Amino acid sequence: MDAITRRKFIQIGAAGAGVAAVGSGLTTRWWGLDGDPVEDPGTEGDRVVATFCELCFWNCGQLAHVKDGRVTKITGNPDHPLSRGRLCPRGAGATGLLYDPDRLKRPLVRASKRGEDVFQEVSWDAALNKVGEGLLRVKARHGPEAVALFTHGFGGSWFKWFMKVWGSPNIGAPSYAQCRGPREAGYTLTYGAPLGSPEPIDLENARVITLIGSHLGENMHNTQVQELADAIGKGAQLVVVDPRFSVAAGKARYWLPVKPGTDVALLLAWMNVILEEKRYDAEYLAKHATGLEELKAHVAGKTPEWAWPLTGVRPELIRESARFIAAARPASLVHPGRHTTWTGDDTQRARAMAILAALLGSWGRRGGFLSTGAMPLAGYPVKGPSGTVRPAADKPKQGGFPVADEVLASGLCDATKPGFAMYDMKAWIVYGTNLIQSLPAPQETVKAIQGLDFLVAIDVLPAEICGWADVVLPEATYLERDDDLAAPRWKTPFVAIRQAAVEPMYDSRPGWWIAKELGKAVGLGEHFPWRDAREFVETRLRASNLDAAELRRKGVLAGKRIATCEEEGAPPPISTESGKIQLHSAELAKLGFDPLPSFYPPEEGPPGSFRLLMGRAPTHTFGRTTNNRLLAEPYPENEVWINADAARALPTPVKDGDRVMLVNQDGARSGPVRAKVTERIRGDCVYLVHGWGHTARGLGYARGRGASTSALTTRYKVDPIMGGTGMNVNFVRLEPAERSA
Amino acid sequence: MKKRYAMAVDTRRCVGCSACVIACKTENRLPSGGFRDWIVQETTGRFPGLSMEIRSERCNHCSDAPCVAACPTGASHVAEGGVVMVNRAKCTGCKACIASCAYGARYVHADGYVDKCTFCLHRVQQGKQPACVETCPTRSLTFGDLADPESAVVKLVHSRRNKVLKPETGNRPNLFFLT
Repeated sequence: MDAITRRKFIQIGAAGAGVAAVGSGLTTRWWGLDGDPVEDPGTEGDRVVATFCELCFWNCGQLAHVKDGRVTKITGNPDHPLSRGRLCPRGAGATGLLYDPDRLKRPLVRASKRGEDVFQEVSWDAALNKVGEGLLRVKARHGPEAVALFTHGFGGSWFKWFMKVWGSPNIGAPSYAQCRGPREAGYTLTYGAPLGSPEPIDLENARVITLIGSHLGENMHNTQVQELADAIGKGAQLVVVDPRFSVAAGKARYWLPVKPGTDVALLLAWMNVILEEKRYDAEYLAKHATGLEELKAHVAGKTPEWAWPLTGVRPELIRESARFIAAARPASLVHPGRHTTWTGDDTQRARAMAILAALLGSWGRRGGFLSTGAMPLAGYPVKGPSGTVRPAADKPKQGGFPVADEVLASGLCDATKPGFAMYDMKAWIVYGTNLIQSLPAPQETVKAIQGLDFLVAIDVLPAEICGWADVVLPEATYLERDDDLAAPRWKTPFVAIRQAAVEPMYDSRPGWWIAKELGKAVGLGEHFPWRDAREFVETRLRASNLDAAELRRKGVLAGKRIATCEEEGAPPPISTESGKIQLHSAELAKLGFDPLPSFYPPEEGPPGSFRLLMGRAPTHTFGRTTNNRLLAEPYPENEVWINADAARALPTPVKDGDRVMLVNQDGARSGPVRAKVTERIRGDCVYLVHGWGHTARGLGYARGRGASTSALTTRYKVDPIMGGTGMNVNFVRLEPAERSA
Repeated sequence: MKKRYAMAVDTRRCVGCSACVIACKTENRLPSGGFRDWIVQETTGRFPGLSMEIRSERCNHCSDAPCVAACPTGASHVAEGGVVMVNRAKCTGCKACIASCAYGARYVHADGYVDKCTFCLHRVQQGKQPACVETCPTRSLTFGDLADPESAVVKLVHSRRNKVLKPETGNRPNLFFLT
């Protein structure tokens, strides 16, 4: 009876549903006589290749499942200490990069004026010859140092080697002066060494975690987010300082919606409370630090009441949160942050955070900052560079930025302007970094490019920078190539291997091959004696007495866990000259800077404008992933966050979902972009996830989606201590999208 | 004892990163625009007195599943462990199930049938975790058997304050949100 009813229904339904349903319907399968199968989508690999991720720079261990020559899915490698079997969305979505239809497929040579983005496909031989000629011409006229390398990503190691043997020290990554540089300078001044990546912090054992402008959880550094969740699971509490009600703020015991650019005032007030009320670790400081008396005198009077009108944070909230942070010491972790180039006084803010960590006695203690170690690895026996090399030209001729301990990418761009630095940059090699988006003030970057003799871009996708190149070399994605070994400092030292899961698609080639061929093209072939990356890595492993076969199988080999904190018998890792934590920095005083961080009010924008803030979404690594169609599904484009009251009060009120254009103080425009009208942000700023608003013709998905923070960053404020480019100094107005069309 | 699969979703651990969404899409070869799980961020209050809940949502695999009752062809059915499944060979794409679902857990696949979360039963049968559970960086997702008092999911549901979504439907959903 039941069957007849169903049949009737299907006949009726089939008229609308299409003939195919009827045609295939009258079978035993249709009627379910063979039961209801549990269908297996068949994505488990016939082969599983262990490697590590390149969707961001955390380099998590992955297992690439390969079936019929295709990567079907990517899962976390349980043995890898950074992924622990789990991946963030980007790592899991790496097939969206591998199978991106917009990938660079063949070498390209520019066929019209630079920047017009007109190219001709050529053979690898022709492309490499062209690059060789371009570089040799610059070398002959200006010396090898006139060639700069901009690089970001693990595969850059091969090109850094090229630069060494070529004879140029001008190797810069935007991850320093545009990102974590001020932090590295601030912690080096205080403790003697930079923090590096991954940061040596003990989130999982912290009882209170303080985030200052760090939006961990949206900023998806896998291990840190895992540890954050574990800490929350164990009852840890969060204190979040952010103008925006971030995901972390949503989990916090205290949210301090600070006025952008005034964090130093808040930090001084916190220290005032902790020092006045003697809540600091006096014994620890007596043993390990100098400058406590100077610090006390410096913060005297910097009360929460003093900070209130500056920061917009109520004094009770400042006082209560300070006590809360101090009560959990030493397992009270003030997260050092990562993207720290905000307002140009960033090294001093990092110093204030580093000093606060010292007051809490958390440096070198469980739940605070740890000692980490790297697996010792032998190098490949190879003939190194010969001859002397001029110092890097990443700073103005008259000097400056004395505390920078890496080359400034922005400085190399500046050095392209004739006469800016000790000598001029004449050619750029750009590996895996879209300088149009990753450096501030794109108008200056483009101007610098116009003055170059030669530019070669090596990339996976046709980002904006490729459009400005003379030659574009298509690199294979990390899933199609072997690379060098990874052995970062970590609580448990380890070594991880990157190995190709599938053959390179199209006519793309791995970075090691490109660098080696480039070496040959400029007569430096003898410095690239390895057959390939595989042989390179195996030679290193053999010399290090490590089992290559086991590493290939597992993807990672762990060393012995080291003593990471005082509780495990390790002394706090202080490597300053005096061996003491520098609360007061004599070094800064000697260089003419404030020896203790002082508050300077940030510049205000024009009336009716909002300070532009930028950050990350968990599904994206700035502009590198915005064309990844798989990752675009949960996050298809950025939105401009604006406070609900502020949006209502605009001359033309903006409603949630409205399309608007953003126009900055210099008339630079970006958008149209959807407005997210929300309670989750202060009324004096707006927020964008960085990496959208692409203009490159070849980015079929991302082009024209969302708004570009870079296009709106026509101004930046340089940190005088280390040269970081503070970028949160631009102000925008919102205009309805129609009007500005 | 008959199995009763369920999931606990820890809204305090979850950061809403969408790793579950991407892992599901690749594990199950979902078409562009098709989702078996998704993230909801719910903010309440006014600046600065705000609170937020983040949920990784998917089919609730209701014990009284209206979608199964609504299905005219028997395509929607209850499989092992109470998992609500669609037999795509029997599905005509009529969308009666979509209309009956209070959670928006189903969508029409490009190939014409209705698709939804299966708790990755194909993996569970091999002793593995669902793909979303396996990848979740914050370990917010716990899958298991409600009928087994020793299972992690039972322990969580008993020890932590939790809620189900739209209990008023009377469908007896099996996703428990730990708050």
